[in-house]
Amino acid sequence: MNEYKNVWIYAQVQQGKLSPTAYELLTAGRKLADALGEKLVAVLVGYEVSRFAQDLIEHGADLVYVCEDRALENYLDDVYAKVLTDLVHTYKPNKFLLPATNQGRALSAKTAVFVGTGLTADATEVTIHTEDGQLYATRPTFGGNLMATITCAHTRPEMCSLRPMSYEKAPRMEGRKGEIISFPYQADKHTSLVKFLAFIKTEEDGLDLAEAEVIVAGGRGVGKPEGFALLKKLADRLGGAVAASRAPVDSGWIDYRYQIGLTGRTVKPKLYIACGISGQIQHMAGMSGSDVIVAINKDPNAPIMKVAHYAVEGDLYEVIPSMLETLK
Amino acid sequence: MHIVACVKQTPKSDNVKIDPATGCLIRSGAQSAMNPFDEYALEEAVTLKEQLGGTVSVITMGPPQAEAVLRDSIARGADRVYQLGDRAFAGSDTWSTSYALSKGIEKINSILPVDLIICGKQTNDSDTGHIGPQISAWLKWPNAAFVKKVISCDEHQMTVERLTEGGSEQVQLPYPCVLSVVKDINRPRVRSVKGRLAAKRAEITVWTADDVGADKEKLGIAHCPTRVVKSFVPKREVIASVVEGNTAKERGVKLIELLRENNYI
Ligand SMILES: Cc1cc2nc3c(=O)[nH]c(=O)nc-3n(C[C@H](O)[C@H](O)[C@H](O)COP(=O)(O)OP(=O)(O)OC[C@H]3O[C@@H](n4cnc5c(N)ncnc54)[C@H](O)[C@@H]3O)c2cc1C
Ligand SMILES: Cc1cc2nc3c(=O)[nH]c(=O)nc-3n(C[C@H](O)[C@H](O)[C@H](O)COP(=O)(O)OP(=O)(O)OC[C@H]3O[C@@H](n4cnc5c(N)ncnc54)[C@H](O)[C@@H]3O)c2cc1C
Repeated sequence: MNEYKNVWIYAQVQQGKLSPTAYELLTAGRKLADALGEKLVAVLVGYEVSRFAQDLIEHGADLVYVCEDRALENYLDDVYAKVLTDLVHTYKPNKFLLPATNQGRALSAKTAVFVGTGLTADATEVTIHTEDGQLYATRPTFGGNLMATITCAHTRPEMCSLRPMSYEKAPRMEGRKGEIISFPYQADKHTSLVKFLAFIKTEEDGLDLAEAEVIVAGGRGVGKPEGFALLKKLADRLGGAVAASRAPVDSGWIDYRYQIGLTGRTVKPKLYIACGISGQIQHMAGMSGSDVIVAINKDPNAPIMKVAHYAVEGDLYEVIPSMLETLK
Repeated sequence: MHIVACVKQTPKSDNVKIDPATGCLIRSGAQSAMNPFDEYALEEAVTLKEQLGGTVSVITMGPPQAEAVLRDSIARGADRVYQLGDRAFAGSDTWSTSYALSKGIEKINSILPVDLIICGKQTNDSDTGHIGPQISAWLKWPNAAFVKKVISCDEHQMTVERLTEGGSEQVQLPYPCVLSVVKDINRPRVRSVKGRLAAKRAEITVWTADDVGADKEKLGIAHCPTRVVKSFVPKREVIASVVEGNTAKERGVKLIELLRENNYI
């Protein structure tokens, strides 16, 4: 097992753009690499992705492996997992972090089986144990009710997917030097049975929820589909995005992809404004990591009013217009 | 078309209670049910069967009481059900669980060739979302995760749409393949009266590790690669500050002032 060295991070590229999770992984990975006295390595897979290598080095990577080919233009689970597996077999990393995005979750799971190693899902904290040098990955489970620390003692690399927004983005160090090594794509081996047909961009009302620094979320208290237009106004004014609890999603007022919570998305914005949301545990599971939580609710005894940093009692249809007025 | 849906018995999430001292689940009194995401997996299997004809089989790995989710599956339209029940499986992580399920599915495949496996996106207890992609890795079948829509399917292949960062992707898969589905794929139906009766009468097939030819060196808490070494209840130390004001309007003004003062906006 001693031949396994270095901390790897998977730098996800989606539709020709480097995912910001790469910088978060570099922060987490740097900590681990320093604790072990090993190198921090970034892995890029895709088409025309070598242009991101220097940027990753300037954000902390010592070495970047690049596997690029036209055939890798779009993410397909089987090819990408085969490429990562070959990289792991060739260069033998000690730890391997991937982002717990949709792509990263599926890819890490498949790769772990191909490689034959353990994988911790959706961790929010990773550390190196001082005595045994193992990766200790801590993750929320049961909808955030229980934290579990997971290890993988006997196989390498120890793999882990890291929840987006769990770590700050690594700062840029201009001119930082590192090594770039290209890894050949092998057409005969790196094949896929899946055919990519199309990418459909969600008509974005501005921002991707995962990246939004401000989120204005509505619950059953919004009362009607049109109510979300008012929330959208506030979100736009604050440079943020709109989201929802499950109740309005179930009522068909807003699409499922806006749902925050146990069975929806997890977000960690700087500011989360919950409007007409009672604050059930399944909702809190998706947003309790927000830096600042504001609750606007008619009922001063609603559970969310006890955990919010700012609790505003009142009808959202009075409070929000007054906020908008004040913001002018 | 032979479709296998994978379902897991999990605590009804509203009932999850954790002992703050030990960090352990308080199981007594906690009710169990089919993992909410698996209702969508099973519903999609039954819908596709109705469209294309065929058979829906359901597999679960779990302790004896997990047979309840298999009966429930029959009530919701499954034709055949199989339980992987053996102490050797206990305490498996996702690597071992997916291995065991893949062996179970290989056995089902030897009884009646399988075209499609459908899993839920994740469970509501340990919610890793690993199992679907990992079953596909063991079987070396193609897969798609976070599937929100089946766009078309015929006897040879299917086209699905899956959620990804910033949008969705349409991909085409040949059979046999593995899907993990999210909840906007369908609306699960209610259990039929006929189904409920069939559920009561159903014979549940239980297979051990040996029955499915699984290598015991790959199973259970003693052999799986990962281990939970510690669990604890997270601290929540938020002190709510009530925003003052005589009217809702005043409180709205005050809130913006507070957020500005603290540089939150
Ligand atoms: C397995 C499972 C998974 C779940 N997953 C999720 C999930 O992912 N996300 C999620 O959100 N929920 C989830 N839920 C549902 C969750 O338990 C709650 O039912 C849901 O979060 C309630 O939504 P709500 O707070 O919007 O509605 P309610 O609980 O009905 O609360 C509405 C609130 O609005 C207030 N209100 C009403 N009118 C106004 C007004 N005009 N102005 C201001 N306030 C007003 C009320 O006082 C009340 O507090 C899940 C449940 C289960 C069982
Ligand atoms: C607190 C805690 C944390 C854990 N963290 C990890 C971890 O980080 N990494 C790890 O490898 N293991 C972990 N485990 C072990 C893991 O929970 C088990 O292997 C579990 O049985 C399967 O994983 P899951 O519930 O996350 O399934 P998921 O991968 O979330 O399930 C996806 C789908 O697979 C199917 N499925 C899942 N389980 C079964 C089943 N038993 N029978 C039939 N179909 C099924 C269902 O369709 C389900 O919707 C953890 C366990 C605990 C108690």
